[in-house]
Order: sequence, then C-alpha cells, then structure tokens
Amino acid sequence: MTTAVGQSVSRKDGIGKATGATKYADDLHFPGMLFGRTIRSTIPCGRVKSIRMDFDTSGFTIVDYRDIPHRNVVALIDEDQPYLVETEVRHMAEAIVLLAHEDREKLLGANVVIEYEEAEPVFDPERSPHSFKDITIEKGDVEDALASAEIVVEGTYRTGHQEHVYIETNGVIAVPEHGGIALYGSLQCPFYAYKALRSVLGNDHPLRVIQTETGGGFGGKEEYPSMIAGHAALLAVKSGRPVKIIYDRVEDMVATTKRHPSIVRHRTGLTREGRLVAMDVDVILDGGAYSTLSAVVLSRGCIHAAGPYRCDNVKIFGRAMFTNTPPNGAFRGFGAPQTEFAMEVHMERIAEQLGMDSLTLREMNALRPGDMTATSQVLKQDASALECLQEAVRRTDYRRKREELKGTNRGIGLALFYHGAGFTGAGEQRLASKARLDLTATGARIMVASTEIGQGTRTMHAQIVSDALGVPYETIEVAQPDTSVVADSGPTVASRTCMVVGKILERCALEMKERLEGMTPAQYHAKHGAFSIVKEHIQPEWMRWDDDNYQGDAYATYAWGCDVAEVEIDRDTYEVRPVKVTAVQEFGRPIHPALAMGQIEGGTVQGLGYALLEHVVMKNGAMANPTLTNYTIPTTLDTPELDIVMLENHYDGGPFGAKGLGELPMDGPAPAVVNAIRHLGLDLRDIPAIPETLIACASL
Amino acid sequence: MRFTLNGVATDVAAHPMKRLLDVLREECGLTGTKEGCGEGECGACTVLVDGVTVCSCIVPFGQAQDADVVTIEGLGNAHGLQQAFMDEVGAQCGICTPGMVVAASVLNEDPSLEEIRVGLAGNLCRCTGYAAIYRAILSSARAGKA
Repeated sequence: MTTAVGQSVSRKDGIGKATGATKYADDLHFPGMLFGRTIRSTIPCGRVKSIRMDFDTSGFTIVDYRDIPHRNVVALIDEDQPYLVETEVRHMAEAIVLLAHEDREKLLGANVVIEYEEAEPVFDPERSPHSFKDITIEKGDVEDALASAEIVVEGTYRTGHQEHVYIETNGVIAVPEHGGIALYGSLQCPFYAYKALRSVLGNDHPLRVIQTETGGGFGGKEEYPSMIAGHAALLAVKSGRPVKIIYDRVEDMVATTKRHPSIVRHRTGLTREGRLVAMDVDVILDGGAYSTLSAVVLSRGCIHAAGPYRCDNVKIFGRAMFTNTPPNGAFRGFGAPQTEFAMEVHMERIAEQLGMDSLTLREMNALRPGDMTATSQVLKQDASALECLQEAVRRTDYRRKREELKGTNRGIGLALFYHGAGFTGAGEQRLASKARLDLTATGARIMVASTEIGQGTRTMHAQIVSDALGVPYETIEVAQPDTSVVADSGPTVASRTCMVVGKILERCALEMKERLEGMTPAQYHAKHGAFSIVKEHIQPEWMRWDDDNYQGDAYATYAWGCDVAEVEIDRDTYEVRPVKVTAVQEFGRPIHPALAMGQIEGGTVQGLGYALLEHVVMKNGAMANPTLTNYTIPTTLDTPELDIVMLENHYDGGPFGAKGLGELPMDGPAPAVVNAIRHLGLDLRDIPAIPETLIACASL
Repeated sequence: MRFTLNGVATDVAAHPMKRLLDVLREECGLTGTKEGCGEGECGACTVLVDGVTVCSCIVPFGQAQDADVVTIEGLGNAHGLQQAFMDEVGAQCGICTPGMVVAASVLNEDPSLEEIRVGLAGNLCRCTGYAAIYRAILSSARAGKA
C-alpha cells in the first residue's frame, strides 16, 4: 500500500520560495568576495593577435589561459573546448580573459582591447566541412523498399535555435577553502562541474561542488555550468578570495548553449492503403563551434526520428555539424523535439498526398506492444501510442471539429510522439549511478546528487523512500547536493531522476527496512545508532544494445503522448494564437500528480513558444536579439487553455511503476501547432511559425 | 534618502541613479526580490511603489524618494497567497515566485481568470505554463471568501 506515492503531498521546498527567503546563487555573499567578469571574443572565427588592458589594473585580478594550473579543456565527452582562448577563436562570445574586482562599477568599466586576425567563418551547417559525429541506424533494405513502394513522399523540415530562458541566469561563486575550492552554483549536475574543475585545477586542490537553489534549468544548466565554474575557480585561486560570477541576461543569451537547429529530410515509401514500408531519414544538427553534448543529442534525435511508428525498412543517417557559432547543447527533449517535429508534420503531408485521414494513417502505423522500433527494440506491454491517440481524439471530438473548422480562421492539428527515459542504450550501465540513504534519529535522509531545479526532485524522491521504507513522508529529509557528502547519482537530465535514481532509492529503502527488523527508525537509531545504505543502478537484464550498429534496446521504456492544438489566425497580420491545447500523456504512473501536471503544463507551454514565438536571430554568428524584449517566451496572455490527461501504464522497472516524464511534453506541441496551421491551408514546414514565415508560405 | 520600506521609515545613502532593485538587495539586504532580465520584461523584480506594481530593475532609486515601497518580505510569511502558491505547485523553481506573489497581491479579492491573466501578463514563468499559478490564486481567493 502507498500513502505518499500517488498523492500530491506538500513539497519539501517549504514556504521559502513564496516568501523570498530561499537563497539562490546571487543571494549569497561571502566575506571579501570579488565579482568576476568574462571578456569575450567579438569575432566568430580567427586568431587573437594581442591583448591590452586599457585601464588602471590596481585592485584587479586578471586571468588568461596561462594562469590555468592544469588542463585548458572543459571535461565533457570530446575534450575540444578550452576554458579560455589561447590563440584560436572559434565563435563569438568565446571567453578570452577573466577579470575580478570588489567594486562592480570598476569591473564593468574596465576596457580590454583585443586585436584579431579574422578568418572566414562557417555558419551554414550544410556547408560545414566538419562533422562532430555521424550516426547511422539501419534496419531492412530501405532503397529496395522505396523502389517497390506504391507511393513515395518526400519533405524537408527545419527547426530553429531555442533559448532556455530559465528566469535565473547562470551564476556561481567559487570560495577558497582548505587550500582548495568550494563551488556554489546554479546547476543541474554537480559531479559534471566537479569533474570539470578537476580538469582545470588538477588533483592538488580539495574540491567540492554545492548546488544552490536553482531557478530553472531545462538542460541549460547541464554542461554550461562547468565553464562558468572553471572561470570563477580560476579567479578565486589567483586572488585567494571568493569570486562570484552572475551573467546578466544578454550575456547568458549570447554566450551560453541553445537547442540545436535542425534540418530533417524524409523519403517515405507506403502502400496505397497507407502502410509504411520504407523510411529514409536524414538528420542534420547545427552543433556550433565545439562538440559539447552534440553527439548524444544527435543520438537521441536519430533514435526518435522515425516517430512512434512501425516500419520494417528504416535508414536514419544523422550528422552534428561544426559551425562558427556558440556551441548548442542540452535542452529538454535533447534532439527528439526536432526529429519528432519533422516526422509528425511529414505524416500529415503523407495523409494529404494519399488523400486519407491522418488519424487513420497514424492508427494504422502506430507502434503497439510487440512491435519493433527503428533500432529493432521489441516493445513490451507498457507502450501506449494507440491509447494516447484514441483518448486525445475522443476528448477533443477531433474528427467533428476538423470538419467543422474547415474554411474558418481556426485550425486543429495533432501530433503523436514518444520519449525514451534514461540514458540511451548502455548509458545507464556505464554511468553506474549510486544512491545513498542514511538512517537518522527521526527517519531517513536521502543523499544523492540529483538536483531540485523546480521539477520536484526532493519531494518525489522522499515520497518513494517514505512508502518503500513504510515511514511517514514528513520524516524523510533530503540533503542539498554537495559532492563531498552525497552519492554520485548521475546528472539530473534525460528524464532519469524519478525512474532511474528513484528506483535505486527504492531499493535502498527496502534494504533499510529489512535492517530495521520491524523497529521504527527512531527505535533502531536509539538502540544501534545510524547507518547508511548505498546501492547502484542495475540495468534490466533483458536489455541489449549494440553501440556500433545502433541496434537493440535503446531505452528501458518510453513515455507516450498525443497533443491536439487548436489555433486561430489573423489573416491580415498572420499572427497565430493557440486557443486550446489538449495533452494526453502516459508516463507509467505519476508519483506526485500535481508535480507531474506541472511538468506537462510547463513543457507544453515551452513547446508552444518553440512553435510560435521563440525566434533566435543570428547575425555574424551571434544572437542578435539577446533580450527578453526581442526574444519572446509565452506570457500569460500567449498561453491558451490547457487540458491535461494523464494515462497510466506501469513500467515494472520503475519505482512504483513510474517512467520518466520531464522531456516528453516538449516533443508534441510544435508539430501539433504546425499541423493545425496546415489545416488552415498553409503549407508550413518550419518553426518558429512567426508571421514572416507564414506570409512566405501563403504567397507561394 | 528617505522612503518607507515595508511599512518602516528607512534612510539609505545610495546614488539616486542606482537601481531600486540593487538598493533593496544590497543596501537593505532584502534578497527576496530577484533579477531576471534587467530590462523590465520578466517581472521577477516586481515590488509595489505606492501600491502599484513596478519592475524595480528599471526604477532609479531617486524615484522612490518619499514613496511607500513594499517587497515580498513586506507581505509577511502568513499571506494566504504564499501558502497557496506552494500547495498548488504554482512555484516550481521559485525564482519568479516572489514577483508573481507581489503582482497577485494587488489583484482584486475575487479575481476572474481573465483578470488574473491580465494582471500577471508582466511576469514571466518558464516552469509552470501559468496554469498552477492561476489555481493558486483562485484557491487563495476562495479561501479568503470562506
């Protein structure tokens, strides 16, 4: 029996977020603290010829690459990105020099003159000579199947950059401590930052990373904090004083990561009745100037590129290309929103060309339990594409509405999608995450590195432990992630925090319960004192993954969704306003229904922004509209009525049947909106669907 | 310069062109007011000046002379809205929440959904999609009526 799981219990955050008492990075102050500033490149490609400090440098701490005690690389996958430019500049806003001063006005007034030798930049990923990563997924014989297909439909689909716009910008404070550094920061992955600091500072310094309360992440604080953490640490080591670096909004938008722009080409073979017989998909992502996480974003994008459909002959070829722009990186959905957008708009166009109803087309081809995905993974009973589709259609009275709205200024469209939970393939096995649970005098304390960034990590983990241990939810404490005390439960990404880390915690709690032999934590603690349980992730024994050929069980399970968007167009201005969005999503089981609802509502609205509003304008390799005035995210007035439905289909390997949820809601809104715009008679294949793009579609 | 801060007459010696936001956070130690964009777009720094919501990041301190300034800290911890924001998960990451709560505190006592949407149109939230914020304000209003 569960008493906490499945209930919308009080959040562990307490009241502080609503009273302003909760401290974020910029709210912290340390004695003797300096402010740090980053001097960045003003060209997209070339070499640094000279650097001159054109100010009175007294009282300043100045750091360039020569001050780096160990390695000048940000430790991630491929180690190609420097903390500070030595000579080669690969993108605008690349860090070259760091300054620190106790007086912020003096700091901002400091003028550093840098002379460059400019070179010809590459901005177009299709013309780039260099790919960070190529991926091929192949099943059956696509060329053969295309040649014999009764109908072939082709199409190209494009998506733009998307900026995270966490309302708290990136910020850290490096504090000298015991001959080393304590790094406090707004971040998702404390051990990523720890590893990166080890790389830049070496092994001689004691180090710890403490996550401060984090004002939103969405992937934007997965890898980038490693960079800013290194910068602050270098200044702190050189000055011997605490150094705080908080980006302002412009710097955050110009210099930090964004969602990868994409170009996806489909060639699809079908029978006349609409059965998919061949899918040839070409995926190009714009990686930017350094590899960062592009290889894994591409991987997830490619695996999801055939959509939630069955087809025996599939070839997916993906490339993440180098361009002279700031590196793109992790963003909620991680490549899947781009490729699933292309697939779902393409499905609509296939239905148009076949002269058939797109619902029937989707129903006919949707993956069912027992079917095989593009990587030849056989789906188990927890696959719910059809259920989501049917519920969305029923709930919105889709067929009738679609008929009724024809020829009006309103359109309705739909998208079917899925999202793999956890790291891809053998990723979780390699990661070998650990969780620890400590017995306390009153209950238990969760000791993991998984971060609360708004989504409810603390609360949801405490619910799982509470029910598995059989003690009241209120007696479970959650430690603030500090790498010197918590277990490395891996990064807070990939919709893995509930399903993967939650499961390890559940196993810790079950073993603790056994050790208690019927006593309460208080009784046991009084008699024998405290103890800890540490457990490691166990990969489901049935999972097989071939990383060379990209075949096998890509994810332990998938969450499923179907979104229906109803939009209204102003035929004079070509502005499109979403009127109502219905989101039907199946993610195993909600541990905390109100938090789960918040993930779906919030993710859906981010997806609506991606579809309609959020336009990153790049000029000479830099974001030309890096303010919230010119890059608009949905306000209350841009946000339509949301109707959210949570379906349950338990995953046996998750805690209490739960799967991952965080990213799923991001995948559906853009294609649903664009398909609704197609219903209005506009042949749109790109996002964002800003009026300029729509006018161009209309005049074709 | 003198102004009333959360009901208390307060003197602060700061440059009149310093942002009210910085005066509150740095001179007065009230860090509940957050900076999100620095240009009056996101509303994270919302405070009340003479009962009206303003973005304190674009108000020079000189303009606050003799004014009545209320920050999130001035609403006290017992404000029903604040508990409702937590109960209804109207706060996720929480960085926009103080500004949202201040903006919501000057809505009329029994606001319609449309009045809430218009009243909060200057406050950006990237986590919730706003729906849970509406639920929090509506439930707090209901509780106020009960």
